[in-house]
Amino acid sequence: MIFKTFSGVLISLVIILVFVSPPPQTQLGEISRIFYFHVPAAWVCVLAFFVSLINSIGYLKNRAYIYDLRAVSAARLGFLFSVLALISGSFFARYTWGSFWNWDPRETSILVLLLIYGAYFALRSAVDIEERKATLSAVYSILSFATVPFLVFLVPWVFPSLHPKDSIINSQFKFQIPFPRLILFLFSLLGFSLIFIWMHRMEISIFKLIRRKEEGYFGQV
Amino acid sequence: MGTKSSTWIEQALSIFQKDIKSELRTRYALNAIVMFAVVTLAVVGFSVGQFSLSPKVSSSLFWVVIFFSSMSGLAQVFIKEEEAKTVNLLKLVASPSNIFLGKFFFNWALLLFLEIIIVPLFILLLGLNLENFWLFICVLVLGSLGLVCATTIIAAMVSKAHIKGALFAVLSFPILLPLLIVCIDGTYLSIQGKSFSEGVSDLKVLVSFSVVMLILSLLLFDLVWKE
Repeated sequence: MIFKTFSGVLISLVIILVFVSPPPQTQLGEISRIFYFHVPAAWVCVLAFFVSLINSIGYLKNRAYIYDLRAVSAARLGFLFSVLALISGSFFARYTWGSFWNWDPRETSILVLLLIYGAYFALRSAVDIEERKATLSAVYSILSFATVPFLVFLVPWVFPSLHPKDSIINSQFKFQIPFPRLILFLFSLLGFSLIFIWMHRMEISIFKLIRRKEEGYFGQV
Repeated sequence: MGTKSSTWIEQALSIFQKDIKSELRTRYALNAIVMFAVVTLAVVGFSVGQFSLSPKVSSSLFWVVIFFSSMSGLAQVFIKEEEAKTVNLLKLVASPSNIFLGKFFFNWALLLFLEIIIVPLFILLLGLNLENFWLFICVLVLGSLGLVCATTIIAAMVSKAHIKGALFAVLSFPILLPLLIVCIDGTYLSIQGKSFSEGVSDLKVLVSFSVVMLILSLLLFDLVWKE
C-alpha cells in the first residue's frame, strides 16, 4: 500500500514537473519533453527483458511454477513498454528527422526486442502442456538473449545513428544534462521502474488467481 | 546404430547417416526446401524482369531466398521423428548431444546442397556478377553454418509444439537477424569485388556467432529433448 501510494505520487509529480519545470530546449523546442517519457519506457522494456531472462534461468534450475509466472508477466510488460517506446519514439522521429521510421540502430534494436517478445508469446500459445510451455519458452528467452551482443555491435555498424550520441552519458562517463533536469530524469526513471514492479506484482497475482479458479483448489503456486 | 561404448563422433555420424538414408527414401525435406527456393527465385526473377539489380538489392534478395527456403525444410529433421513416433527409440540409443550433432550435420548438409542448386540459378536468372568468388563461397559456407547452429535447437522446440505452422520462421528470425545482416554485407562486398582483407571482419563475426550458438544449443538441447 505504501509502495503503491509512493510510486503514484512520484510519477504524478514527475509528469507535472516535466511539463512545468525545464525550459524548452533551444533546438528542439517543446518536443524535447518526450525525452522524460520515451527513455524511461525504453529502459523498462530492457529491464523487463532481464527480469524475464533471470526468471527463465531460475525456472530451468528449480522447476518451480512461480519462476515461469514471473518470466511471462515480465515479458508481457516488456512487450507493452516496448510498444510505448516505439510509438513515442516514432512521433519524435516524425517531428525531428522527418519520417516515422528511419532504421536507426536503436529503432532497429527495439523492433528486434518486440519481435523476440512476439515470438515468445507465439511459442507459448503453440504449446499445450504447461511444463513443456514453461521449459521451451525459458530456453527461447536464453537463446534470444545471446543475440543481443551481436545486435548491439552490428546494427550501428550497418545503419548510421540518428539518436543524439552522448546525450545522457558521454564517452568519459560524465553526465551531460544540466543538474536539475538530470534529477528530474532520474526520478522519471525511478517512477517508471516502480510502476513496472507494481504492475509485475499485480500481473503475478492475477495469474495466480486464474490458476486457482481453474484448478478449483488452493494449488501450490 | 552405435552402442554405448562407441565414441560421440561415431554416434553423431551414425545419426547423420540414418537421416541421410531416410531422407533419400522419402526426399520430403529435400523436395520442400529445393522447390521452395526455386519457386521463390522464379517469383523474384519474374518480378524483377529486365531490370538489373544493384549489388545491395541482389545480395539482400539472395539471403531472403535462402532464409525462407531453409525455414520451409530444416524443421523437418525433428518433426519427422515426432510424427513417426521414433523419438523414444532415439532417446534410448544415443545421448542428447550426439543426437543434436547428428541432426546438426544433416541440416548443414541439406542447406549446402540447396546452395549448390540455388547459386548457379541465381547467377543465371538475376545476372549476379560475383567479382570475388571465393569470398562469396566463404560467406556462404560460414553463413549456412551459423544459420544451422542457431536453428537446429529451434527445430527441436518447434517439433514439441502443438501447432507448428509458421512457428519455425517466427522463432528463428529475431535470432538470425545479426547473421543475416553480416551475410548480406559479405555478399555485397564479394559482388563489389572487394579483397579478402575487407571481408574478413564479416567472416570473424560469422564464426563467433556460430560458436556462441553451437555451445548454447549443446547446453540447452538436453532440456528441450527431454520434454
